[in-house]
Amino acid sequence: MAIFVNENTKVVVQGLTGDQGRFYGLRNRAYGTQVVAGTNPKKAGTDVEGIPIFAGVKDAVEKAGANASFIIVPASVAPAAILESAAAGIELIVCVTEHIPMHEQARIFNTLKRDYPKVQLIGPNCSGILSAGKCNIGFTPAEVSTPGNVGVVSRSGTLAYQSVYELTQQGMGLSTCVGIGGDPVPGTSFIDCLKAFAEDPETHGVIMIGEIGGTAEEQAAEFIAANMRHKPVVSYIAGVTAPPGKKMGHAGAIVSGNKGTAQAKMDALRAAGASVALNPTELGVLMAKALGK
Amino acid sequence: MDLFEYQGKQYFARYHIPVSPGGVADTVDEAVKVADQSGYPVVVKAQVQVGGRGKAGGIKLAKDAAEARYYADQILGMDIKGHTVHRVWVERASDIAEEYYASFTLDRAAKRYLGMLSAQGGVEIEAVAEKDPSAIALIYIDPTVGLSEAQCREWVAAAKLNPKATEGAVAILLKLYTCFTQGDADLVEINPLILTPDGSVHALDAKVTLDDDAAYRHPEWEEFRAMQQANLQGREKLAKEKGLQYVGLDGSVGIIANGAGLAMSTCDTVNQVGGRPANFLDIGGGANADVVANALTVISTDPNVRSIFINIFGGVTRCDEVARGILEGMERVKLTVPVVVRLDGTNSAEGRAIIDERVNAQLIRKNTMLEAAQTAVALAKGN
Repeated sequence: MAIFVNENTKVVVQGLTGDQGRFYGLRNRAYGTQVVAGTNPKKAGTDVEGIPIFAGVKDAVEKAGANASFIIVPASVAPAAILESAAAGIELIVCVTEHIPMHEQARIFNTLKRDYPKVQLIGPNCSGILSAGKCNIGFTPAEVSTPGNVGVVSRSGTLAYQSVYELTQQGMGLSTCVGIGGDPVPGTSFIDCLKAFAEDPETHGVIMIGEIGGTAEEQAAEFIAANMRHKPVVSYIAGVTAPPGKKMGHAGAIVSGNKGTAQAKMDALRAAGASVALNPTELGVLMAKALGK
Repeated sequence: MDLFEYQGKQYFARYHIPVSPGGVADTVDEAVKVADQSGYPVVVKAQVQVGGRGKAGGIKLAKDAAEARYYADQILGMDIKGHTVHRVWVERASDIAEEYYASFTLDRAAKRYLGMLSAQGGVEIEAVAEKDPSAIALIYIDPTVGLSEAQCREWVAAAKLNPKATEGAVAILLKLYTCFTQGDADLVEINPLILTPDGSVHALDAKVTLDDDAAYRHPEWEEFRAMQQANLQGREKLAKEKGLQYVGLDGSVGIIANGAGLAMSTCDTVNQVGGRPANFLDIGGGANADVVANALTVISTDPNVRSIFINIFGGVTRCDEVARGILEGMERVKLTVPVVVRLDGTNSAEGRAIIDERVNAQLIRKNTMLEAAQTAVALAKGN
């Protein structure tokens, strides 16, 4: 099981012929991910270490059987790349590209919702998705994980890796780790992931890592209260010490007025029945306790 | 990027949003000249990015050239909550019949645009929202569809503005929406939007936040950026020049971490164990010697810093590479405070070994984030 991706996922990398795309595409393949194609209209017919390059995603779907895409291209062309994948029938799109303008993100999100409602876009500006032992798309360092029964969803990439590592330290394993990204309009929300984890028999508990800004964590808390009574949720929120009005690295991480504070989010999650860790190390400790390990 | 009021008004003008006749001035003579051209009485407004300008004496009404000279002289160079006034905006004073509020932004929960319009302008909109939420008319806009004139008209009607303002408001709001979307703004806000006794509607203030990620398709933003850069001070400026994500805080433990999430978390953990972070600094994925040296350079200019905590989780970046980067970076920068390093993740054993060979009073290594935070805090307190 695991969520969104598994051993049958066949990935086309849009941007495989670039330096970054090549590095991460090959790294993902080395982990065991089926990376079946790359795209580049100028290099169709060539290959990258044996991975065939097609002119576009449509060819990759038809000729190589791709059913997921990994987008690692510059911000100015990423929106078009996302729509190209959706139009070609891809239903899982992972876009790690950062610095896509907010208005482009808003247009893409609403276009997918209207024209391609089955598409699950993860990102943009995210670390990617790892189903331990099965499939890794993006930046997640799979070496720090072992296959197991805890799901992770995080806005921040490094905190996702950190929490997977903490699980390993506690002798627990990972089902799927989803980095949803730190941008204002993420394609996949905490709730999308919680919903999938709730239904996944292989996932016994969920770690959710949020940060200041927006109200996504508060919305997730409502979902947890109503739907996650059967699986423990352990949460952590970064940005307690962030001053109002300052962007803390991520475009979405900003406290405006008294909205989006870490305290409000932690309170909402506690009230919903989630355990709240005060630092990343506690995530592992609290999850071990919750699962009786 | 938050624009100054005068830049916001200049940006509005590009989208044909009416503002009062006026101009910007860096000197008293220039201010008087702009006042003469605009026509008296004029308002002289300090250009600083901090609230409460009026209360601090940074906004004055001048009825003639002598008064304009007097107030411009008083305001230029004034300190408003730590911000020195280098520029003033001078514009013709408006007769105000009514004051409204208008804005567009992204509603992150709804993932649509949100327009807010209220007949109760001129005050903090948060205060209105708290006291009487029904006084704000909301409109949700699908970014793939946009705002039609018919929708805009309904919205204006719902806000119950003076009927005399209807046509003017509809016209301005449509232009403001274009400014928001085509202008790649995260926020556009007019407070107050005014109705004059003769029935015209225009913007008396301008608050615009541009989306830095869209700069590649807005060459016209260059002058805004140059001005913002010139107004950055001290370490924030140095960090920007070195391409680092740095936010100054007021504590004594300097923070360097890889990734925005981990950097925030590092600040929090220092706080949790009784210390105060001096800054947020994200060195991103590639922590090579150049990046570490740059980060140390920026932090070492902060006189409040008593210790530095380098917190790295090696994901794709390998800890051994990072460890070499830290040692080389430390050789290049003369430090007078101790550095505490924590390395976890990919190749952490190799990375730790590299640091351990060079450990001394100035370079300390700890196994976990929590231990490292405690050590850095103790050192900052002189223990």
